[in-house]
Amino acid sequence: MVTPMQTFAADLLRWIPLIPLLASILNIFFGDRWGRKNAGLLACAAVGVSFALSLYVVALLPAEGVFRDTVYTWIESGSFQAQFSLQVDALTAVMLVVVTGIGFLIHIYSLGYMTHDQGIIRFFVYLNLFVFFMLLLVMGDNLLLLFVGWEGVGLCSYLLIGFWYHDSQNAIAGNKAFIVNRIGDFGFVLGILVLVIELGRLGIWTLDFVTLQSHIHHLSPEKITLISLLLFAGATGKSAQIPLFVWLPDAMAGPTPVSALIHAATMVTAGVYMTARLHFLFALAPFTLSLIAWIGAATAFFAATVALAQTDIKRVLAYSTVSQLGYMFLAVGVGAFSAAIFHLFTHAFFKACLFLGSGSVIHALGGEQDMRKMGGLKTYLPKTYWTYLIAALAIAGAPGTAGFFSKDLILWQAFSSPRGSEVLWFIGWITAGMTALYMFRQFFIVFHGQCRAEAHVKAHIHESPGVMTVPLMILAFGSIFAGWLGAPDYFWHAPWEDWLRPVFGSVHEADHGSVTTEIRLMLRTLAITAVGILVAYWAYGRAATLAQRAASLAGGAPYRLLLNKYYVDELYDRLVVRPFTGVSGWLAQIFDPAVIDGAVNGVAASVRGLSGKWRAMQSGDVQHYLIAFVAGALALLAYYLGQR
Amino acid sequence: MSAIAIGDLSLLLVLPVLGGAALLFIPRRRTAMLFGGAMVFSAVAFLWSIKLLIQFDGRLAEMQFVERAAWVPAYGIEYIVGVDGISLFLVLLTTFLTPLSILASWSVKEKVKEYLFFMLLLETGMLGAFVALDLFLFYVFWEVMLVPMYFLIGVWGGPRRIYAALKFVVFTMTGSLLMLVAIIYLAVRQAETSQVLSFDLLRIYDLHLPFHEQIWLFLAFALSFAIKVPVFPLHTWLPDAHVEAPTAGSVILAAILLKLGTYGFLRFALPLFPDAARVAAPFFIGLAVIGVIYGAVVAMMQADIKRLVAYSSVSHLGFVMLGLFVFNVQGLQGGIYQMLSHGLSTGALFLLVGMIYDRRHTRLIQDFGGLWRQIPIFSALLLVVTFSSIGLPGLNGFVGEFLILVGAFKVVPGWTALAASGVVLGAVYMLWMFRRVAFGPLTHPENEKLRDLDPREILILAPIVVLIVVMGVYPRPFLDRMKPAVDLTLTRMGATQVTASAVGSGANRELNADER
Repeated sequence: MVTPMQTFAADLLRWIPLIPLLASILNIFFGDRWGRKNAGLLACAAVGVSFALSLYVVALLPAEGVFRDTVYTWIESGSFQAQFSLQVDALTAVMLVVVTGIGFLIHIYSLGYMTHDQGIIRFFVYLNLFVFFMLLLVMGDNLLLLFVGWEGVGLCSYLLIGFWYHDSQNAIAGNKAFIVNRIGDFGFVLGILVLVIELGRLGIWTLDFVTLQSHIHHLSPEKITLISLLLFAGATGKSAQIPLFVWLPDAMAGPTPVSALIHAATMVTAGVYMTARLHFLFALAPFTLSLIAWIGAATAFFAATVALAQTDIKRVLAYSTVSQLGYMFLAVGVGAFSAAIFHLFTHAFFKACLFLGSGSVIHALGGEQDMRKMGGLKTYLPKTYWTYLIAALAIAGAPGTAGFFSKDLILWQAFSSPRGSEVLWFIGWITAGMTALYMFRQFFIVFHGQCRAEAHVKAHIHESPGVMTVPLMILAFGSIFAGWLGAPDYFWHAPWEDWLRPVFGSVHEADHGSVTTEIRLMLRTLAITAVGILVAYWAYGRAATLAQRAASLAGGAPYRLLLNKYYVDELYDRLVVRPFTGVSGWLAQIFDPAVIDGAVNGVAASVRGLSGKWRAMQSGDVQHYLIAFVAGALALLAYYLGQR
Repeated sequence: MSAIAIGDLSLLLVLPVLGGAALLFIPRRRTAMLFGGAMVFSAVAFLWSIKLLIQFDGRLAEMQFVERAAWVPAYGIEYIVGVDGISLFLVLLTTFLTPLSILASWSVKEKVKEYLFFMLLLETGMLGAFVALDLFLFYVFWEVMLVPMYFLIGVWGGPRRIYAALKFVVFTMTGSLLMLVAIIYLAVRQAETSQVLSFDLLRIYDLHLPFHEQIWLFLAFALSFAIKVPVFPLHTWLPDAHVEAPTAGSVILAAILLKLGTYGFLRFALPLFPDAARVAAPFFIGLAVIGVIYGAVVAMMQADIKRLVAYSSVSHLGFVMLGLFVFNVQGLQGGIYQMLSHGLSTGALFLLVGMIYDRRHTRLIQDFGGLWRQIPIFSALLLVVTFSSIGLPGLNGFVGEFLILVGAFKVVPGWTALAASGVVLGAVYMLWMFRRVAFGPLTHPENEKLRDLDPREILILAPIVVLIVVMGVYPRPFLDRMKPAVDLTLTRMGATQVTASAVGSGANRELNADER
């Protein structure tokens, strides 16, 4: 039953993405005219309105219901059709809250963070455009529209990573991000093509999720596996998983609010969202799911080790994001889509809080990102300190915080789900310890001990203005309480599973192990988390050791291996980039001009040579012509006689 | 229609050349007046083509605005022109880009009168080739185009203009002579079967020749068109012609002239010789995909932006060829759409390159860098066009590319997968170029004095950029009008397949039936 009220909400859907788009367009044309401040306010207001609309729509959403707003038919060719149509169901609702809610906070924060930047209007134009595409991604009711959003956020990510383009390194990082993502998208596009053609054989020529869900089981298991593998290739690009994670650490070249919004809370989770959105497809591809679980676990572990050794405040967080995304894929891989989305949700809060906190630190230190030049900031930046501590506890998984519940759920699923195994659980468990270690290593280096900043920097350290610290506090609040929405049953009957059940259905309830096992595992996780924090404290937290450790952060060979991220970038450079540019250079500078064009000019030259000879025949001597004429006539005669 | 009254389409054809003739009466030192005159005539031609667009009935597959008059009755040569959903948008592309190209030629200072005359003559030539429905008439227009283009490159071109112009003409003529032979052969065969000597295309469509004749005729046509497209490995005239041509010449060349090659396949080579086309299809699909990848890989290492864009055209036109040779509705519609998209994005790229060349007299990527800070409007527009060329969803390039991939994947999944790697390669060379031009520090002091685009230049680019967005967001008005004509073309390709079903694949027939 659709009440009039709900119809009203359905027609509203299009405005959720369109309002940020309109603000972006307005700021392109009039931003300069109405000034930097007003442009920023407009951008924030637009996302704020989107947020309010989202909450309104989500509040009206019936438990089993879906709102759909079909705007027009985008592409139609032969039987193939793609609608421009938006939908909100329980899954999209979660994403809406994350994208517009956290997006709104980050927009506000940016007002303060970017206030002195000459390019602030351009910044907000890109940021609003990003929100538009991200909303398209999560609201699109078909795979092609999701892909539009998918590519669009990639564009904005590219533009924002290279926002400070006058430094070539930033622009190079932007290019790298886009191109590495495109490599994944190559797989994504092929996946869409196989899906279109295979469904087309059944007479189905649309890609909307409802149709997909009801017909996907008609495809052969091999085709489903192929499609899911190709689509997942796209996810490894967008969500920075092995082997395509290399772009995300470099993406930290962008302004910090961008890192928080795009490269932590929203865009990089698009791969997780996509697999969850297509859960019915992935669920039919056991091989792909195992691969996803292993890639997720391996990425989580591997990135956490790298995070242990980084010296740049944002790079620690970047690898941490890669690692946490690995957790989400671990959940996806064991079929626990709801747990994956839950971690996506909680991670958005504490990781955004951490990034914005690091932004506050960077802001206070006049742009310094090297942790070796920080320290003792606790006294200078109390608000940043406390919010950072809360978020760090949350990501480490301290009891009662958001990360505690969501990570614990994933570990539990990795252990107990029929697709899970003790090995997967173990990798996740070790990674949980490392998470606590790298987070508190960073925390102590940055906020405790002596301040190692240079004197002129030190003189200007100041706490950030309210426009930046209030979003931090809200996010810190979320870093604790967002997790209670999905707390396990032995705490209280949390709404999370019920909320998402219409989307994912009941996932292997029967296989749940006993509550005692669940609690025992939880205690083990708590133990290793505590060990991680204590080791961090022992190594970096005590004033005596901190100074010396911080000074000699670059230690022996294993340390350098981690610091240099296992030399994966260098490996790719040798294996892919250089051979490719070599071939390209050879084709462009030798093969094309010398061989192909050479052949052309060779033909031309031989024609010229031949014509020189023929010119000699045109001697002007009538007798010669006569001989040729007679010979020709005889030849023709012979030909015709031969035909008879 | 009376014999004296001039039809709508003929009026469109004569308007530019009439303008060209009118210019001859303006004194040559009155350059502003010359430009104004050329603008007026080409703009009126554009408005007139809009009128045709409005009157065009998108539900019909048949030719519309058909006019017919005897021309050389002794040889059965007629003046027959008409427009269907395929040629309609190519006509519009021509009338749309010609005034913009003229407006972009402000920096031409020498022999302005002749320059503008040739531009207008060229427009008539191109329009004629798109609307001609008599094979001989088509051939005449096809050759007529060469003359003004030859002079535009050879007189107003860069340092190696003579070499480039000659290469362009010799290449094209080589192909077209064989085509002329094939056209005459077709007319003679037509006379043999129906006792009427005629070059009427619609009549000759129904002349179902046996395969052994088709294949030679197909090859003669195909060579001519493949050079024009250009299909790998016949492409080497293109970079030279582009580099030497003046801006407007490059725009017209890339945006419209190349499309005459793919249009030729679609209008003539494929429906006239369907059995031969099917047999040759694997060969052309292979070349198309090689072109997609080869063009992109070679584009990457170019130092001159114009050369880079020229090779990118080889890549994009490879996509079009792939779409045309899979013989289904998505492939064809995608192919036509990609022709239009490429016309807009590459046209805009050449315009932008021309604008920066007017200021700096260089097109080498290494002479730029950090331009965004100095000339943001230029850079932002270059950004939009770059992503249009990359095929970002939401802009025009994606729609055609995606439909081509869908159409091709049905038929040749392996080759299509290879072609799809173009999505990566396109991003690689375009973004690398863009970064080195617009991003980074402003390293060359000469660039510190660059002016941003003036209102005239914005006026040139704005309509193109608007269309780039519109065609990406709302492709239906275009696709819907193409559909009936595309279906008819597919029928023509399939119909003879049934009568002479020695060759051809069942899958295509099934799809054709499905689409109808």
